[in-house]
Amino acid sequence: MSYDVQAIREQFPILHQQIHGRPLVYLDNAATAQKPLAVIEAITHYYTKDNANVHRGVHTLSQRSTDAMEAVRADVCAHINAREVAEIIFTRGITDSINTVAFGMEAVIEPHHNVVITALEHHSNIVPWQMLCERTGATLRYIPMNDKGELDLSTLNALVDEHTAMVAFNHISNALGTINPVKTILARAKAVGAWTLVDGAQSGPHAKVDVQDWDVDFFTLSSHKMYGPTGLGVLYGKRERLEALPPYQGGGEMIATVTLEKSTYAAIPHKFEAGTPHIEGIIGFGAALKYINSVGLEAIAAHESALLEYATKTLSSIDGFRIIGTAANKASVLSFLVEGTHPYDLGVLLDQQGIAVRTGQHCTQPIMDQFCIAGTARASFAMYNTFEEIDLFKAALERAVTMLR
Amino acid sequence: MPTITEKQALLVEEFEFFEEWMDKYNHIIEMGKALPPFEVADKNEDLLVQGCQSKVWLKAEKQGNQVRFFADADAIIAKGIVAILIDVFDNQPAVEIAAADLGFLEDIGLKDHLSPTRANGLMSMIKQMKFYALAFSSAN
Repeated sequence: MSYDVQAIREQFPILHQQIHGRPLVYLDNAATAQKPLAVIEAITHYYTKDNANVHRGVHTLSQRSTDAMEAVRADVCAHINAREVAEIIFTRGITDSINTVAFGMEAVIEPHHNVVITALEHHSNIVPWQMLCERTGATLRYIPMNDKGELDLSTLNALVDEHTAMVAFNHISNALGTINPVKTILARAKAVGAWTLVDGAQSGPHAKVDVQDWDVDFFTLSSHKMYGPTGLGVLYGKRERLEALPPYQGGGEMIATVTLEKSTYAAIPHKFEAGTPHIEGIIGFGAALKYINSVGLEAIAAHESALLEYATKTLSSIDGFRIIGTAANKASVLSFLVEGTHPYDLGVLLDQQGIAVRTGQHCTQPIMDQFCIAGTARASFAMYNTFEEIDLFKAALERAVTMLR
Repeated sequence: MPTITEKQALLVEEFEFFEEWMDKYNHIIEMGKALPPFEVADKNEDLLVQGCQSKVWLKAEKQGNQVRFFADADAIIAKGIVAILIDVFDNQPAVEIAAADLGFLEDIGLKDHLSPTRANGLMSMIKQMKFYALAFSSAN
């Protein structure tokens, strides 16, 4: 069956509007994706029919809410092929997921240890490790990248050594779109007995991940980048790893017994889910997952990679157009500069013509520093973008460049 | 020399000429391009306006009772916006700058049209210019 992008667009009500008198062309999907009707309806249904707090009380609504939320946990488990549902933790987002691990690792890390990340990370996969190293005296190391925005693995064996406690890196770079060689890095980490974390923020909406095939210790997903609600993330962790980590936050839901002197913690996953969870978000995310899988991640990835290829080709004909991040293996992110223009100015003039792109550092200051640039403009594609939209984008960009030069 | 109020009225008239916001932006860009370039040595941290998304440098000099303003920016729209403010405030008496009400920004629609982060940048520029003027007028 051929990919019916118009049928998909019908499912996203937000796309059908005018911005400054022009049809909206939404190309900021790496920041957040729009939500299909299935997600909006699931949230409406939840508040119209099922709303109650979960995991407590015997009344019907509470049971319905609990069942709906736990069904999503099982769906996520199946989606990434985790061994058991208890290995799926719901968090406030990937930042929260990574902080949960980095905080917990204080219990297992020592001053002679090191943590290895890469030069390609989002701030959310840099700062928690910097903080962990500051607290424990451990050292933070970076796998460098080359001028194409690819990781330079020639130093991998030297950087990841017998003192490495954790190797944490993203599957796909949000700023440049580089798809990293996950298995190569994981293999080295495993060879020295280091723990591993892969940040799936950008891969969630584009690629199918099998955590058992990777044999990774921790993996993260972001609901809002996968067409689901904001404020929700996933932390997958192997049972033995999650059990070794102390909880990051204390409160309700995460305890077994509480006395005024001491509390004992609940088993996983609840140990890491203090407080009332983001029930509506979880239910919406469940609907998003079902929707993604009904379209098919492989079909989505093929469509997006065709869009990227077309955009790269057509935009390169603009005089002075320069792509930042030209890795051989790339996801649907196009970070760019146009000679003689500032990305902020491009962003404003594109917006005036209905085109939504991101401008700035994309929470990746070290990457921008390596390229000696203040930031880029970034177009990122999703399942609902079209080739016609790329033509509109190109025409708008040409007009902006003419005005600015 | 037109007063601050007269300058504002002239700018409102100028911008009314353009119906489409793309054309208004084009005018802002042209004003930015027309602003004399800044000395490279002046592009230092001390002259950076805090709170702008792009880099905006602003310098003020006292000449008699008047204030002269000089500015530059790495993004041309930001430079155009600061050029509009300079158009209104340059060569005006310090006391009047400090007390000025900039209603024209609403009349042009600029304030409403900018994104919140850019509107904050605009407010930071105005604050900085008024701060210079206040310092010069109280130094008398």
